[in-house]
Amino acid sequence: MSRDRKLEHTSALQQTRIDPNMKAGPGLFIHRMVCYIVLTLFAILCLFFFYILIVNATREHYDIQSGFSFFPGTHFVENFINATSNATIPVVYGVINSLIVATLTAVLSVYFSAMTAYAIHVYDFKGKNFIFNFILLIMTIPTQISAVGFFSMCTDWGLRDSYIPLIVPAIAAPSVFFFMKQYMQSSLPLDIVEAARIDGSGEFRTFNTIVLPMLKPALAVQAIFSFVTSWNNYFIPSLIIDTSYKKTMPIMIAQLRSADFLKFDMGQVYMFIFIAIIPVVIVYFCLSKFIIAGVSIGGVKE
Amino acid sequence: MADITVNNTGPVVAKAKKGKIGKYKKWGYIFMIPFVVVFLIFQAWPLIQTFYYSIFDYFWSQGQLKFIGPEFCGFDNFVALFTGNVSIWALTYNTMIMWVLGFVPQIIISLLFAYWFTNIRLRLKCLGFFKTVMYMPNLIMASAFSMLIFSLFSDIGPVNNIITSITGGEPFRFLSYTGSTMGLVAMMNFIMWFGNTTILLMAAMMGINESVIEAAEIDGANSSQIFWKITLPLIRPILVYVMITSLIGGLQMFDVPQILTDGMGGPNNSTKTLIMYLNQHIAAKNYGMAGALSVLIFVICAVLSFIVYYFFASDRDQKKLKKRG
Repeated sequence: MSRDRKLEHTSALQQTRIDPNMKAGPGLFIHRMVCYIVLTLFAILCLFFFYILIVNATREHYDIQSGFSFFPGTHFVENFINATSNATIPVVYGVINSLIVATLTAVLSVYFSAMTAYAIHVYDFKGKNFIFNFILLIMTIPTQISAVGFFSMCTDWGLRDSYIPLIVPAIAAPSVFFFMKQYMQSSLPLDIVEAARIDGSGEFRTFNTIVLPMLKPALAVQAIFSFVTSWNNYFIPSLIIDTSYKKTMPIMIAQLRSADFLKFDMGQVYMFIFIAIIPVVIVYFCLSKFIIAGVSIGGVKE
Repeated sequence: MADITVNNTGPVVAKAKKGKIGKYKKWGYIFMIPFVVVFLIFQAWPLIQTFYYSIFDYFWSQGQLKFIGPEFCGFDNFVALFTGNVSIWALTYNTMIMWVLGFVPQIIISLLFAYWFTNIRLRLKCLGFFKTVMYMPNLIMASAFSMLIFSLFSDIGPVNNIITSITGGEPFRFLSYTGSTMGLVAMMNFIMWFGNTTILLMAAMMGINESVIEAAEIDGANSSQIFWKITLPLIRPILVYVMITSLIGGLQMFDVPQILTDGMGGPNNSTKTLIMYLNQHIAAKNYGMAGALSVLIFVICAVLSFIVYYFFASDRDQKKLKKRG
């Protein structure tokens, strides 16, 4: 946001300086029009499939089969009731399970990774640089690599079919750590920690009551990312969770794919996908300003 | 600008205050305990086990309903990966082709859009709207998106409805041909990632000092010269970063082809990716083979990561030198 403002400001400056040398004539106008047309086409490409999803989620099975439509139908409520009362795919459980897992993941990863970043940022101890570089290094290693060991470990320890292996590992989230470290560098002066010490605040209390509130914007952005990543996560949960009412949303979507597709009520199928996708889209559009700013600052996702 | 280089002001500040901070040293360790412990248990230990399994004959026998092994077998698992009926070369080839098909259009479009968005002469409006809409697909559930595309492009789906109503003939079976299946996967990857790449490249382009571009303009450079000779070389680090992270992401490709082809990687294993194969082995409790496959993927990723790390380290050193000189 501040960047946009800066851009506008500099562009205004540039404009006054450059304009005399160049013609802001029809060439520029055409160029601008081409840009807008291409950008609009790609924006439509991004929205098109989701628009069709919303339309089809409101239509009835035979209506969907009979052809393509750009206009919503009237069976939204009916599809919703059918989908949520489907016994083979307990989607209500799916949503609740996913919400529990994703919320806890977001809270744990943000809190503990911020704590670790704080340790590296504020304190001076042996091995600090080594640990920092090491965390940067493990950030690039995909989690799937250790999945075999993870899976067998969970089996040995009786953690299969439990949410512990889905939630607890989030405490060590290298990308959140890195983002928080960057943020602290720019907006957490050590003097504040120093001042708190003089006032007699313990280290732990300083972190919880003084530092964390100062990090709120960064914490919020990272919490959103952690939440969404966990909500969308399919690989590990599909290996760990077996019982049908414990499954998270992505596993249920996969189940939908494996089921004999032609027998399904298509209105319900689109409704399942709708339930998996649209809440995230709505939350995204409400918070997009912060998210976009977070993407360009952090630079590192995934 | 998306600053992903390791910041080097931290230790300097800390050193200046060392006298005061020294006695709080132990808190540094205490605050790191949860992270380190969880990392060791849930990431490091499984990784070690994975490596361990890779050189053992260790699998679940469906017939005898028990585990066979673990029995040391050297590099037999690796040999089996290269010579088995689904060879690792074919899997790597599938994965890479699908990555390239998605990445090439992605980087071209993202460069173009980032250039437009940051171009001071164009002064486009509604940037916020375009950025928001284009980034949106990145956050949606890949498996659900894949399921949606499957529903739309299935034999009885709306796309085939249009095809049959125009040609009046048979529906086009998208998932029966390697080309069209790969095309769908690449299209989904493109839609999901080009917004993210655009924002990263945009941040990089905004970090360019305006006076450099101004100077070029005064010297009479036209806009394509400025783009190729100034903008592109200056954002090279971010460009390489985007490319390597995308490549590592591409090697991990799983959700989209898994759901689209129902885990079969059809037709004829031609769209089966490395991680899909890994998933199959883990689900079958084929620990030895899964371990060997993980080790190979790990090696590839490690090499790529070192390239990134080395690249940024050298870039930082150059900056330091310039500052000194």
